Amino acid sequence: MNASGLIAEDEPLLAESLRAELAEQWPALRVVASVANGEAAVERALALRPDVLFLDIRMPGMTGLEAAQALAEDWPDDTPFPLLVFVTAYDQYAVQAFERQAVDYLLKPVTSDRMAQCCERLIRRLGERKSAPQAVQQTVDQLRALLGSPSLSAPAPAARLDVIQAGVGDTVQMVPVDEVIYFEAADKYVRVITASKEHLIRMSLRELLPQLDAQRFWQVHRGTVVQARCVQSARREDTGKVFLTLRGRSEKVVASRLYAHLFKGM
Amino acid sequence: VSNAADINRPNVASFARHGALVAVFNQLIALALSYITDRPLLTTMVYSQSIGLSIWAFTDFGRFAFPRDPRTGWPRGWHALALTVGGTVFGYVLGTFIGDAYCQCSTWEAWSSAPRRAVAYIVLTLAASTLVSLFFYNRGREEFHRARLAEAEGEVSLSKLTLLQSQLEPHMLFNTLANLRVLIGVDPPRAQLMLDRLIAYLRATLSASRATLHPLSEEFARVDDYVQLMKVRMGERLLPRLELPEELAAQPVPPLVLQPLVENAIKHGLEPNVSGGKLIVSAARDRDQLVLRVRDTGVGLDTASGDGTRFGMQQVRERLATLYGDKATLELGSADDAEGGTMATVRVPLCATP
Repeated sequence: MNASGLIAEDEPLLAESLRAELAEQWPALRVVASVANGEAAVERALALRPDVLFLDIRMPGMTGLEAAQALAEDWPDDTPFPLLVFVTAYDQYAVQAFERQAVDYLLKPVTSDRMAQCCERLIRRLGERKSAPQAVQQTVDQLRALLGSPSLSAPAPAARLDVIQAGVGDTVQMVPVDEVIYFEAADKYVRVITASKEHLIRMSLRELLPQLDAQRFWQVHRGTVVQARCVQSARREDTGKVFLTLRGRSEKVVASRLYAHLFKGM
Repeated sequence: VSNAADINRPNVASFARHGALVAVFNQLIALALSYITDRPLLTTMVYSQSIGLSIWAFTDFGRFAFPRDPRTGWPRGWHALALTVGGTVFGYVLGTFIGDAYCQCSTWEAWSSAPRRAVAYIVLTLAASTLVSLFFYNRGREEFHRARLAEAEGEVSLSKLTLLQSQLEPHMLFNTLANLRVLIGVDPPRAQLMLDRLIAYLRATLSASRATLHPLSEEFARVDDYVQLMKVRMGERLLPRLELPEELAAQPVPPLVLQPLVENAIKHGLEPNVSGGKLIVSAARDRDQLVLRVRDTGVGLDTASGDGTRFGMQQVRERLATLYGDKATLELGSADDAEGGTMATVRVPLCATP
C-alpha cells in the first residue's frame, strides 16, 4: 500500500502549498489529513496512523514538538511510529537540536530542492523500516533529547515555589510543595495531590514545571509530575510503560515511554 | 581588558611597567645631577636609582594600604596626599641609606654643613616624585576611561540590535516570505499586493525618523500593512477592524506607537489561540486627550507569555515619556466584557490645531 502522510500547519496557504509540493515530489504519498493545530494533529494521527507526519513547530495551543511528545506517549504498539518531519520558519536553536538528533526538518519557505531531498530520504527510510521493523524506541530517544534541550522546552527557570496556593471559594489553601505526592494536568488546570487531599490550581503544568525543583519532582508523563521520594516502586510492562506505586496513595501513576528510563535499577 | 572596573586592578605587568618608567626617569635625573654637580655619574646614579626606586616602591605598593578609586587605581583626598608625602619621605630615607652605604659616606652629615643644599634636594625629590605619581595617576584614569568607552559602545550596539530584532522578528519575516512564495505561484496579483505591504512595513520599521511625529492616519496605514500581512497568514482566524474617525486623522502621533501594541495583541493574544479572534484598533477623543485602543479577543493576559510583551510595551512607554513627559499614559489590562482578551490604551494630549 502507498505511504500515507499527515500535515499539521496553522497557516492555510502554507498547508496547501506543502500538500501541493508533496503531490509533485512524492505523488505516491496519500495525504490523509491536514490539520491546523497540535491537538488535532494528535487526535487525527492516532486515528489514521499515517507513515509520515509533517509538524509545524509554532502552532496555537500545542506546539509541533508537544504533539510529537503526546504521540510518542500514546502510540499503540502494533503500528510503527510515523517518521517525523518538523517544519519551522526560524528557530536557530531548534534547527541545531534537529541536526544533533538527526531529526528531519524543513525550513520555511521550503525550496523545491530541499523538499525533493526530504522526500527521497523519507522514502528510503520507509523502505528500510519494512525490511527491519524498529520499535518506537529510536524516536522516543530522539524526542527525549529534543525535549531536554533548553531552547526547545519553553519557559526559562523561574523562582522556586515552596507553597502551593490553591483557591477554594473565598479561602486559599496553603499546601507546602513538600507534601505534594504528584501533580496532574487537567486541561488548563493542575490537580495537586497530597496524601489526604486534592486541590486544583489555575495554571498549566507547563507553567508550573520551571518553578519546581527538578531533582525532587520528576516529570514522568506529559501530564504528570511526581515527587521522587513518594515513589515506592516502579514496575515495567512489555509495552515500555512503567507503573508507579506511590507512598500514601492507593492509585497507580503511569510513566510514559519517554520517561521510563528514569526508573532503572542502580 | 574586557571590563573597565577591572582595568586598574593590581597586576605584575603594570608594576613592571611603572618600575621601568621610574628607572628611566631616575637615570635622567642622575645624568643631570652629574652634569650640574660634577660628581661621578656612577655615584649620582646609585643615589638617584636607590632613592627613586624606593620612593616608587613605597608609593606604588603603598596604594594598596588605602581604599582606591577604581577609576584611577589611586586613593582619594588626604589618603593620596599622605601616600605621596609618606612614600617620598620613607623612600628618600631608605634610598639615601643605600646610597651612603655604597659610597661609604654620610649624606646627613653633609647636610648639616650645607642646609640650603639639603633643602634644594628635598624640594627636588618631592617635585620629582609628585610629578611621577601624577603621571601614573593620569595614566590609570585614561586607561579606565578608554575601557569604559569601549564598554559603552558595546552596550549601545547591543541594545540597538535587540531593538531591531524585536521589531523585525525573523519568525514573522520568514513565515511571511513563505506565504509570499506560495502566492507568487497561485495568485500573482495578490502576491504583488502582499509584497507592497511587506515593503511598506519594512520601510516603516527600519526607518530612522523616530523623533518626529506623523499623522494618525499614517500610523493606522502602517498598522493596516502589518494586519494585512498577518491576515494572509492567519486567514479566518484573524478578524481585524480599524476605526479611525475622520476628524482625528490628522492628529500628530509618534511613529510606531500603535504597531508594537498591535504586534503584541496578535503574537501573544490571537496567534496562540486555536480559534483566533477579533482585533480592534480604534481612536477616540476624550476631552483634551486622544485615546488609542488596541483590543483583542485572544487568550488574555493570564496565559500570555511575558518577555516579548514587556519589551514592546516598555519601548512604547519610553517613547511616550520622552515626547510628552507625564501627560501621556499607556495601560495594559484585561478587556472587561464577555469576549475577554486584552486591551491596551494609549492616552496622549490632543492637538488643538493639527
